[in-house]
Amino acid sequence: MTTLNPAHPVRRRPHRSYSAIPGETPGSPPWRVLKSLILLVCVVLVLLPFLAIISTSLADTVQVTKAGGYVMWPDHPSFDAYKALLNGGLVSRAMLISVGITVVGTALSLFCSIMLAYGLSRPGSYGHRPVLMLLLMSMLFAPGVIPSYLMIKQLHLINSYWSLILPGLINGFNVIVLRSFFMGIPKELIDSARIDGASEWKILTRIVLPLSKASVAVIGLFYAVTYWNAFFNALLYINDAAKWPMQMVLRTYVINNAQLSGGQVDVAAGAPLPPSQSLQAAILVLSIVPIVVIYPFLQRHMNKGVMVGAVKG
Amino acid sequence: MTTLDQPAASAAAEKGRSAGRGGSRRPRRRRDTALFWFVIPGLVVLLLFHYIPLLGNVIAFQDYQPYIGILHSPWSGLKNFDVLFNGDEQFVHALVNTLELTLIQVVFVFPAPILLALALNSLVSERVKKWIQNVLYLPHFLSWVVVVALFQQMLGNTGVLNLFLQAHDMGTWNIIGSPELFKSLLTSQVIWRDTGWGTILFLAALSRVDSDLYEAAAMDGASRLRQTWHVTLPALRGLVVLLLILRLGDALSVGFEQILLQQDGVGLDNSEVLDTYIYNHGLVAGDWGVSAAVGLVKGLVGVALVLGANKFAHFFGEEGVYRK
Repeated sequence: MTTLNPAHPVRRRPHRSYSAIPGETPGSPPWRVLKSLILLVCVVLVLLPFLAIISTSLADTVQVTKAGGYVMWPDHPSFDAYKALLNGGLVSRAMLISVGITVVGTALSLFCSIMLAYGLSRPGSYGHRPVLMLLLMSMLFAPGVIPSYLMIKQLHLINSYWSLILPGLINGFNVIVLRSFFMGIPKELIDSARIDGASEWKILTRIVLPLSKASVAVIGLFYAVTYWNAFFNALLYINDAAKWPMQMVLRTYVINNAQLSGGQVDVAAGAPLPPSQSLQAAILVLSIVPIVVIYPFLQRHMNKGVMVGAVKG
Repeated sequence: MTTLDQPAASAAAEKGRSAGRGGSRRPRRRRDTALFWFVIPGLVVLLLFHYIPLLGNVIAFQDYQPYIGILHSPWSGLKNFDVLFNGDEQFVHALVNTLELTLIQVVFVFPAPILLALALNSLVSERVKKWIQNVLYLPHFLSWVVVVALFQQMLGNTGVLNLFLQAHDMGTWNIIGSPELFKSLLTSQVIWRDTGWGTILFLAALSRVDSDLYEAAAMDGASRLRQTWHVTLPALRGLVVLLLILRLGDALSVGFEQILLQQDGVGLDNSEVLDTYIYNHGLVAGDWGVSAAVGLVKGLVGVALVLGANKFAHFFGEEGVYRK
């Protein structure tokens, strides 16, 4: 989009010339217009659904009825749909359950992953190679749906929240990323701490972790997103609708179009329910909000996290 | 316990993978045993939820009955595998659909991030580029449930698109719930969700291209297009080969959750893939043994494909998934 105007020099990285393809001569104008158009269409295609559901969830009954279902901009924004959903009914419980699972799961995952990554961060230590092999092999093949189900059943975890947390505690990729980070920490620091008499635990908590705050944060966010989005485990292990996390509610009431009855949403006595489209859109928005909230923190370090992913045994 | 007392032994342990990372001169055993305690929580989780369940695959050789349990169910030899080799109709559907979808995805989904990365990479303004990237990465972090729900709200019979079409008297277009369009729908969902995310690796590879190459090409009179063809694309070749090979390793797993969520509307013949077959037969219909057998074979073929693909990658001189 930008033309190269000498009066407004483009900010560039030091080793690059004026365009992001270094040294490539700027393409001919039709090309550049076409390219920008394509990118613009991509951005619109991603953002448009969000706009539609946010607007619809905020629209009032009159406008939704007139439009026949969806609106692209609420004339009189009202939070009725959210009020009805978040007053202690099914949806608010599902939100709480999902938040709980995400918080507990992420904390446990981080604890196990950091310990495992640190334990594997010094090649040649006792048991290093077999444990590393076990970790890498676990990334190669999943145990399969049926055996996993039998295991959870044997442990009597059917219908327990733990069935949504424990199976996904360790993600091999995340552990490898953490491990590469720990291995990059200068050995001298660790050695000097050891000479000062620090135990391994102290070295991990006082030296290694403070130095790798950013990567631990990103891995934590990756775990959190995974827990929040988990749907299949809930479908498999949670038969009791009262224990459903958000994704299951979303499937039942939005994708499968089950009607929310008066018992599940809470409106003032005698008041009509908000239109079902608004309610569905509001459920969708509620399940996206946490992702959008943590996204800015995530994208700041995303590139780094993904790039380290090259497995080096 | 290890026998790393003699220097020779410790040197042997150090060779290869950890060259240059020698420990200090204190006896290594004490310190390194301390490090072993750290892996225990993670190790327990791995064993309990990854390796022990693998043993559950024995029910592929049993006439498994849940209320008797694994230990007392009668053995049935290879009877459960008959389904695979004597072509149970539903299984054949599942296999064919899986392979078809994999093929479609390699042809349509795989190149999308490359084209997008090229377009992004040629943007002049870093600021605009970053902003677009952040928007396009976002869908990847939404669950399949959300993505499917969004698509339904947009393209469903009473969705945004059809409301728009009706408002302009263009009739309705039944996209969701039509079996013919189901595979295209799945593909477009994957493209919508993961294309932006897929550009990360390609953009990283492009940022490492030496700009002298472009200058030299331009000096030789290469047009913009020729510069892309002769400089940019060769820079991506290694990565493309690697990713394609990795994709091959997953050839038998396509869009499990995604399809499971949308099967009801379009009928099984068109939408059943191996993963959903295993779920529907085992957990829904209670045919445990057969499902486990299908799962076991699928898993083994998957591992063979990954390992074979990795060998293949080495053959191409790529790093591969791991180095032996």
